Amino acid sequence: MSVHDPEFERRLVEATSQGLPLVSRPYAAIAKQIGSTEARVIEGIQRIMQRDDIKRFGVVVRHRKLGYRANGMVVWDIPDERVAEVGVCIGQYNFVTLCYQRPRRLPDWPYNLFSMVHGRDRDGVIDQVKSIVEQCGLQQFAHEILFSGRCFKQRGAIYAPSQQALKQDEMIING
Amino acid sequence: MRQYTDLEQHLLNDFQHGLSLSPTPYADLAEQLGVDETTVLENLNRLQEEGVISRVGPVFRPNRLGVSTLAAIAVPGDELETVAEIVSSFAEVNHNYEREHGFNLWFVVIAADRDALQAVLTEIEARTGYRVMDLPMLQDYFIDLGFKLQWT
Repeated sequence: MSVHDPEFERRLVEATSQGLPLVSRPYAAIAKQIGSTEARVIEGIQRIMQRDDIKRFGVVVRHRKLGYRANGMVVWDIPDERVAEVGVCIGQYNFVTLCYQRPRRLPDWPYNLFSMVHGRDRDGVIDQVKSIVEQCGLQQFAHEILFSGRCFKQRGAIYAPSQQALKQDEMIING
Repeated sequence: MRQYTDLEQHLLNDFQHGLSLSPTPYADLAEQLGVDETTVLENLNRLQEEGVISRVGPVFRPNRLGVSTLAAIAVPGDELETVAEIVSSFAEVNHNYEREHGFNLWFVVIAADRDALQAVLTEIEARTGYRVMDLPMLQDYFIDLGFKLQWT
């Protein structure tokens, strides 16, 4: 089989996106699941990492369960020429878990930078946002905090879904 | 929230990235912590059963293996649950949340390619009767090194 085997990679992504088994030889267990070998699985993950398609590889915790009960999606209206610099500044905080530039949708939606800010409670989130505003120098730019209300559906994203996979099972990632 | 042991705190905080790609990653982790592999596996299993750990493994970068977008709808309050239910019924939708704003329903849609994604958004508009605001990611400024937990 060739080194770049898209079908093998798709199966590897599906299998690992649900997490590695908590057993002594997890890559061997994944290999068994997808009809491959431990060495090929490890090599495959390395290849995906080298392509920079994996953000991180390790323990994924659920913030809510650890007492970080409040989260606010904080949206900012930043001049386009400054958005990269501000994005990097906001993205560095350890209480921030996402920081994306997205398009404005005028006139309904003027905001072009989105960040997710976590806190133990609502006031905690507001305090974190205040410190971002001060430390990144964002006093003159509009922002809003959209606190989360009810959760209607939460499950990980489905990546590279085959129709079959969609019908049979959902790939759970980003718990 | 219960109290976590020192070992649990290390497992939750110190290994959010850089898991080893040797055949025995949990044994490697155990060695770093000065405990045995069985202890590590028992602890990880318990934390996963409790739901504190979602999983151990890769966090894939969005939009590399399929395309996704963040979408929002402004729904009158008394219709929110009905509309949310329609949106949630799509297999391509995840993280469907209420947020406190005029745009009060926020969800992520993921599909194999941009055309498939657009088809889902159009279908959601048809079935809910509301316009969907489509906010695809343009640039990611967050370097994900995990979430530093503060034990108070």
